[in-house]
Amino acid sequence: MNAPDAQSAQPATTGHDRRQPGWRAWALLAPMVAWLVLFVVVPTVILLVYSFCERDEVGGVIFSFTLDNYTRVFDPVYLRIFVRSVGYAGLTTIICVIIGYPMAYYIARAPEARRNQLLLLVMVPFWTSFLIRTYAWITILKQEGLLNGLLQALQLTSSPLSLMYTPTAVVIGLVYAYLPFMILPIYSSAEKLDHSLVEAAYDLGAGPLRAFASVIIPLTMPGIAAGTLLVFVPAIGMFAITDLMGGAKVPMIGNVIQNQFMQARDWPFGAALGVVFMSMFAVTYLLLQRRGARIHE
Amino acid sequence: MSPDRPAMIEVRGVTKRFGDFTAVDDVSLSVRAGEFLTLLGPSGCGKTTLLRLLAGFEFPDTGSILLDGADVTCQPPYRRNVNQVFQSYALFPHLTVRENVRFGLRMQKVPAAEAEARIRDALGMVSLGEVAARRPDQLSGGQRQRVALARAIVCRPKVLLLDEPLSALDAKLRHTMQLELKHLQRRLGITFVFVTHDQEEALTMSDRIAVINRGRIEQLGTATEIYHRPRTPFAADFIGQANLLSGAVVARHGLTARVRLDGGLELTVSALELPVDATKALVSIRPEKIHISRSRPQTENVFEARIEEEIFQGATDQLRLVTDQGTRLQALVANESAMNEAFHEGDRIFCGLHFDDLVIVHAE
Repeated sequence: MNAPDAQSAQPATTGHDRRQPGWRAWALLAPMVAWLVLFVVVPTVILLVYSFCERDEVGGVIFSFTLDNYTRVFDPVYLRIFVRSVGYAGLTTIICVIIGYPMAYYIARAPEARRNQLLLLVMVPFWTSFLIRTYAWITILKQEGLLNGLLQALQLTSSPLSLMYTPTAVVIGLVYAYLPFMILPIYSSAEKLDHSLVEAAYDLGAGPLRAFASVIIPLTMPGIAAGTLLVFVPAIGMFAITDLMGGAKVPMIGNVIQNQFMQARDWPFGAALGVVFMSMFAVTYLLLQRRGARIHE
Repeated sequence: MSPDRPAMIEVRGVTKRFGDFTAVDDVSLSVRAGEFLTLLGPSGCGKTTLLRLLAGFEFPDTGSILLDGADVTCQPPYRRNVNQVFQSYALFPHLTVRENVRFGLRMQKVPAAEAEARIRDALGMVSLGEVAARRPDQLSGGQRQRVALARAIVCRPKVLLLDEPLSALDAKLRHTMQLELKHLQRRLGITFVFVTHDQEEALTMSDRIAVINRGRIEQLGTATEIYHRPRTPFAADFIGQANLLSGAVVARHGLTARVRLDGGLELTVSALELPVDATKALVSIRPEKIHISRSRPQTENVFEARIEEEIFQGATDQLRLVTDQGTRLQALVANESAMNEAFHEGDRIFCGLHFDDLVIVHAE
């Protein structure tokens, strides 16, 4: 889309409509629009087209129209993986809320200087590569790793626990990876929370728990919703952690899709999985969005 | 108000420190049931901290607080039968007006039917029935203020605490609300503790005023007592305007004494508040108590002065005077009629003062 088109498409209006961006506004928007078209719209369209195609023997894409890929997506094998992915991602999200909420609230209520230090600590892990951090978890959790060493040294366990390559390890990895994405949005909601509202709740007879449930939680709900979105959506599609910490024994939907594109070389099927997957995100997002909007009304 | 009514609030030797800063310094105070008490003072004087101690948001370092005879010093706010109207109103933005008002009743588990009746009454009392379904952000400042009030009174507290609730309103509305609050308090018979830095507000509404400065109560009394007989320089200066003049005590004659001001002007003052051995005194004179005239007035104190500056203020004229001894004074004269003999800059005039209007606020 470019400026002359956008303007000529408009009927001649009397007076000056401020909402209609002029050519300067379009010029400023152009890089972003181009970026979105090139890296979001075009790939999505390609994905959509591929999902209706067939593959040839060597892994190429034959342009045709078939619904076979979508029928395969609903094969019980893949459905089970879908369900498992939703389960892991859901569990990860819940654990992230439980751990992240008190942290975020504590940071938001800390004095300003301290608040910034604490926020920095939340973000420090991002300075190291994600893969390296995941390998660090392997050294902690493996059979002869740090955790088992510690537990045995403290004589809490007699034989080492098998933590690696289990669903527990996957969820630990996911929680670790996505916790900051839960903390930051909740922090930003909690920081905006006017503390006199909490005092008003106490004043009106609400004990700490009821004040939390009836005032603090509803007012920080936008942060919880944003954090849920930022954790649940990427967690469901994660494949690196499941590969490394789950030992490919507990694949999630991300692993399956990656597999179709890399090992199995069945791009049309991978595309169909991707499209279904994306639609799920869209629905989740719209539901959360509507909920958030209702709170803000 | 009869002084033998039981005390609703007893504050006994309460001190509250924040680090090195003493916000409330050994304050003792007794508030009678059904009284409208105002805590008046400049910002940072400790009046809000004192209110928060009453509400239970802060706990005193020393001293105790009694509510209707029961010690509540260490009770959290949700166990005290007091409610507060917050300066920011602190209305719950995610709830409608009705739900805001219902909040306290819900927490107290008041049965639904009774709750509905009480909510209706409370909303009616502040004339907000029509906006009950709206959210706080759809209300005007004055309406929000009323919701905050309704939310507190619906709980039927023993004491209602009000933290500068009118400061966010414009002058006209503030004035209306002052009177409404006063009437509401009379009707409900609830003890009100009202915090403000606005002396006019305090004078308009209160049964008694506690003038607070640097964490201490400087004077506690009715509006007229404090206005006419301020006991400290701060009380004299903070409430209304005052000329504060220092001088030496030169003679005493029974109920009066002669004070020679630093400039040399000698005045006869009431000696009631003057300790017997005092040699120095600080005298407070209200500007409107100085009688300005062109002919010599019949008062105990008469002196001549020149009008240095005249400022027209509508109902009154503010005059800056310099006496022949060089003492500077502020005076107020009523503008009774436009054609009145106006005073002008440079005029020489007579000043008359009753000895009773010269109040000693400090002596040593």
